Amino acid sequence: MTEYNFAYLDEATKRMIRRALLKAVAIPGYQVPFSSREMPMPYGWGTGGVQVTAACLVPEDSLKVIDQGADDTTNAVSIRSFFEKVAGVATTESTADASVIQTRHRIPEAPLVAGQILVFQVPIPEPLRFLEPRETETRTMHALEDYGLMQVRLYEDIARHGEIARAYAYPVKVEGRYVMDPSPIPKFDNPKLNMSPALQLFGAGRECRIYALPPFTRVESLDFEDYPFTPSKAAGHDCAICGAQDSYLDEVITDDSGGRMFVCSDTDYCATRAAQMEANA
Amino acid sequence: MTPLLQVEGLSKRYGAHIGCADVDFTLWPGEVMGIVGESGSGKSTLLNCLAGHLAPDTGRVILDTRAHGPRDTLTMSEPERRWLARTDWAFVHQNPRDGLRMGVSAGGNVGERLMAVGARHYGDIRAQAADWLTRVEIDTARMDDRPSTFSGGMQQRVQIARNLVTGPRLVFMDEPTGGLDVSVQARLLDLLRGLVRRLGLSVVIVTHDLSVVRLLADRLMVMKDGHVVEEGLTDQVLDDPQHGYTQLLVSSVLHV
Repeated sequence: MTEYNFAYLDEATKRMIRRALLKAVAIPGYQVPFSSREMPMPYGWGTGGVQVTAACLVPEDSLKVIDQGADDTTNAVSIRSFFEKVAGVATTESTADASVIQTRHRIPEAPLVAGQILVFQVPIPEPLRFLEPRETETRTMHALEDYGLMQVRLYEDIARHGEIARAYAYPVKVEGRYVMDPSPIPKFDNPKLNMSPALQLFGAGRECRIYALPPFTRVESLDFEDYPFTPSKAAGHDCAICGAQDSYLDEVITDDSGGRMFVCSDTDYCATRAAQMEANA
Repeated sequence: MTPLLQVEGLSKRYGAHIGCADVDFTLWPGEVMGIVGESGSGKSTLLNCLAGHLAPDTGRVILDTRAHGPRDTLTMSEPERRWLARTDWAFVHQNPRDGLRMGVSAGGNVGERLMAVGARHYGDIRAQAADWLTRVEIDTARMDDRPSTFSGGMQQRVQIARNLVTGPRLVFMDEPTGGLDVSVQARLLDLLRGLVRRLGLSVVIVTHDLSVVRLLADRLMVMKDGHVVEEGLTDQVLDDPQHGYTQLLVSSVLHV
């Protein structure tokens, strides 16, 4: 482990990222620019999240990496082995045992506790991106709290589909001030952002932006008074493996003749429950 | 009575070139002021300076705001100016594509200003949008269609509904009938005249079409090379033009 500086990035870069993180924590929901580095993986694989994790890691940390809730998918396995190699930190698949969790597209089902850091990989940090193409204008809109346009998008959904059709990356308002893209997590996970005891950090590598939710931050999902926000998931199913009714489910196609099953997307949550049921039986 | 808009010594230069120079005028509540002149005479520069789209070099634009009385809009902070642009002001562009969101339904276009000032009840927003679309003679069956599927005249009417929905007191119009064929123009003018009279709107309307100002405007300002060359009641200016340029302008209108 002498070939690399601890956690791959050099100390000057880590300091730069930590300064951006401090600013992001000081202004919850505000997108702080940072000079994102080239990482030894392609954009879209979580380069922003990896840089934030690298800047947060200390040798005593225990790291968990998940992709769509699973510990055993390509992205999660690659990033976990990356940090095993370049930081030599302990890794775990258990949410409760981890001190830093890097995630793509999910928040773990098990409640997070104070002291834990949740790092999100963010593809598009700007919630107004597809409503207003000019970055100069979206920055002004954030500065002036000019969020009527975001509401127009929700209006259009209801007019066209009879409900707010957005199922992931559902926009939220942070502490009544900044509108934020919570990264492509399902809207089922949005309530977990609110008043979380853990520190939540968001890194967008290609877009060079970092933003954060400090512990116990008020996070509200945008909605209309007569069309309130509903955290939805696959209705009418329990997990086929552990029987959980309260977790977010993946639909898995099992054969060519229409066979399918619904299972927890959070593999650790599912495995823990299954082990418990076996112990009780 | 306090004037709604008071403009003093407004000038805007583009380098050595004059955009508009030393413009003074007063607009009273409920009054329609027409600004005419040839292309490049500074009409649109003046309008954009008044509406806060351009920063003039010198001068004052004092608006009698609903909340705080007379205020100079040029020294206001940007958030205050934007708030005005969503509440007290309205701006109707010549090309509806500049004033509408083409990817958003007609109802959403009209509702945007309501949502921008804090409306969060879908049913109410939709009802108001439908009401305004009806007022500008657009079938509510088409309120969920995008403006790109509308004709030019319909797009212009949606733009007008979108601007008037928050009950502005001062409307800026930049050639609202430009690019429309004559029969559609006539209908739009008729509609505008009705709305202006019924709602008691104050309007600053820029056009090069003298028949538009004849129908709509109470008073008229004639501009040439960035300067105001003549000002007065519309009928007076059009029937008895004093300045040489105005005489030329009036005499060059074709009578069929």
